[in-house]
Amino acid sequence: MTIMIDVRGVEKSFTLHNQGGASFSVLEAVQLQVVAGECVVLHGQSGAGKSTLLKALYANYAVSSGSIVLRDGEQRVDITTALPRRILALRERTVGYVSQFLRVIPRIPTLQVVMQPLLDLGVDEAVCEDKAKDLLSRLNVPERLWSLSPSTFSGGEQQRVNIARGFIVDYPILLLDEPTASLDAANRQVVVQLINEAKARGAAVVGIFHDEDVREAVADRLVDIRAI
Amino acid sequence: MSNTAQTWQDIEPLLSVQQLSKFYAPGKGCGDVSFDLYPGEVLGIVGESGSGKSTLLNSLSARLAPDAGKVIYRSEQFGELDLYAGEESLRRQLMRSEWGIVHQHAADGLRMNVSAGANIGERLMAVGERHYGDIRARAEQWLQAVEIDSNRIDDKPTQFSGGMQQRLQIARNLVTHPRLIFMDEPTGGLDVSVQARLLDLLRTLVAQLGLSVIIVTHDLAVARLLAHRLMVMRRGEVVESGLTDQVLDDPQHPYTQLLVSSILQN
Ligand SMILES: Nc1ncnc2c1ncn2[C@@H]1O[C@H](COP(=O)(O)OP(=O)(O)OP(=O)(O)O)[C@@H](O)[C@H]1O
Ligand SMILES: Nc1ncnc2c1ncn2[C@@H]1O[C@H](COP(=O)(O)OP(=O)(O)OP(=O)(O)O)[C@@H](O)[C@H]1O
Ligand SMILES: [Mg+2]
Ligand SMILES: [Mg+2]
Repeated sequence: MTIMIDVRGVEKSFTLHNQGGASFSVLEAVQLQVVAGECVVLHGQSGAGKSTLLKALYANYAVSSGSIVLRDGEQRVDITTALPRRILALRERTVGYVSQFLRVIPRIPTLQVVMQPLLDLGVDEAVCEDKAKDLLSRLNVPERLWSLSPSTFSGGEQQRVNIARGFIVDYPILLLDEPTASLDAANRQVVVQLINEAKARGAAVVGIFHDEDVREAVADRLVDIRAI
Repeated sequence: MSNTAQTWQDIEPLLSVQQLSKFYAPGKGCGDVSFDLYPGEVLGIVGESGSGKSTLLNSLSARLAPDAGKVIYRSEQFGELDLYAGEESLRRQLMRSEWGIVHQHAADGLRMNVSAGANIGERLMAVGERHYGDIRARAEQWLQAVEIDSNRIDDKPTQFSGGMQQRLQIARNLVTHPRLIFMDEPTGGLDVSVQARLLDLLRTLVAQLGLSVIIVTHDLAVARLLAHRLMVMRRGEVVESGLTDQVLDDPQHPYTQLLVSSILQN
C-alpha cells in the first residue's frame, strides 16, 4: 500500500505576540499515515486542532517541529521544509483542499471559477468545461447561475461552487474541512458520492465532518485529535 | 527528497539577491536583503509606509545603486549579469527589453503628451521594430488585451481615466514580452472597483505569459491575490518571508501579526 501522507512528530504552537506574548500548544507528537484509497476522519472537540492539522497538511500553517511528507508521483516531499514554489506545484496537481468558504475573486463567472484549476494544468478547455458543468449539475447549482460571479450567491450556493472547484482536478491527496457543513441532505449525499469516487480512483482523503451520516459513509478510520 | 530531485534542481533563479543594502540614514532604506526569484514567480513586498519597500525595489531594478551587496540577473541575451558591476548602458538595455517597470503614478511610466499608440509603439521601436503598420497593429492588440477600446489608440493618456492610464502602462511594458516586471503599488490611488478589474487583468496576464514579478504593495488583499511569496519589511529589514498564504494566515513575527490583525481580511 502506498503511503501518501506521512506525518511524524508534528508539534504546533501559536504565540500571540500582540496579546502579551501568550503561547499555547495545539498539536503535540502527531503521527499519521494515510494510504492511497483511504479516508481518515479527524475527530475531536471544538478547538482540539483538527483544522490546524489539516492546514498544516496543506502547508497553509507552519509546524513548530516534526515532518509532513507527501507523495508526489515518484517523489516524496517534506512540506515543512520545501521551497514555496515546490509547495505551489504540489497544490497544482497533487493536493487539493476544500473548506466551507469560497474565496471569491470579483468578476469571474462560476463556470470559470470551477474549471480554472484544471485549465491551469493545461487540460483542453472543452474537457474542463464539461467536467465543471457535470460537477455543478450534480451539486444542484442552477444552470442560470453558471455565467454569474459567485460573489452574490447564497452561502450554500458558494459552498457548492467551492466543492465543485475542489473536485475538478483528480488530486491524489484531498483535504476536506467540513465541506458539507450546512448543506441539505441531498447535497450532502452528492458530496459523499464524490468522496467515494475519489477513494475508488486511489485518492488519500483526510476530512473533518460533523455529520454522523457523512462520517459513516466515507470514513475508513477515525483519528482522535485531543485538546491539549 | 524532491527539493534536491532533478527537475527542481535544474531550474536556475532568474534573479539572485545577495545581502543587498541601501540606507539613506539609519533605519531609512533597506538592509541585508537576500533571496532568489525563480522564473514564473510573483514575489510580493509588503510593510508599512517608510519601511523601505520602494528603496528595495529601485535597487533590485537597477535604478538605485546599493551601498553593499549584489543583484545577479540571468539574462536571455547577455547571460549571467552582476547588475551594478556592469555598464550603465547594459542596464538601460535590459529595462527596454527583458524588464518592465510599472510605476504607481502612470505619469512616471508614460509619456503623457503623445498618443496611447505611440506610448506602446515606442517600446517596440526601442527594441528595433521599424515597420509602422506592424507597430500599430501590435499596439491595437495590446490595447485590447488590457481592455482599452482600440479606437482610443490616437488619444493621449491625459484623456484617459486613472485606471485606463494604469492599464496603458501595463500594455506599454508587456508589448516587448519582458521576463521580469517590477511594480510599485500599481493599484494605489484607484477606486476599489477599478482596482479589482486591474488586479484581475494582472493576474490573468501574469499567469498566461509566465512572467516573473516583484510587486510592492501595502495592500494585503492585493498581495494575497497576486503573490506566490511574500517578504514583510519593517524599518528597512525583512522580518518574515515565505509562501503568501502561510505568512498571512500563520504569521510568526510580532510585526507581521500586527499587520495582519490590523486589516479586515476578505
Ligand atoms: N492562525 C491562528 N493563530 C492563533 N491561534 C490559532 C490559529 N488557528 C487556530 N488557532 C487556535 O488553535 C486551536 C485549534 O483550532 P482549530 O481551528 O484547529 O480547531 P478545530 O479542532 O478545527 O475546532 P472546530 O471543530 O471548532 O473547527 C484553537 O484554540 C484556535 O484558536
Ligand atoms: N532619496 C531619499 N533621500 C533620503 N531619504 C529617503 C530617500 N528616499 C527614501 N528615503 C527614506 O527612506 C525610507 C524608506 O523609504 P521608501 O520610499 O523605500 O519606503 P516605502 O516602504 O516604499 O514607503 P511607502 O509605502 O510610503 O511608499 C523612508 O524613511 C524615506 O523617507
Ligand atoms: Mg475546524
Ligand atoms: Mg514606496
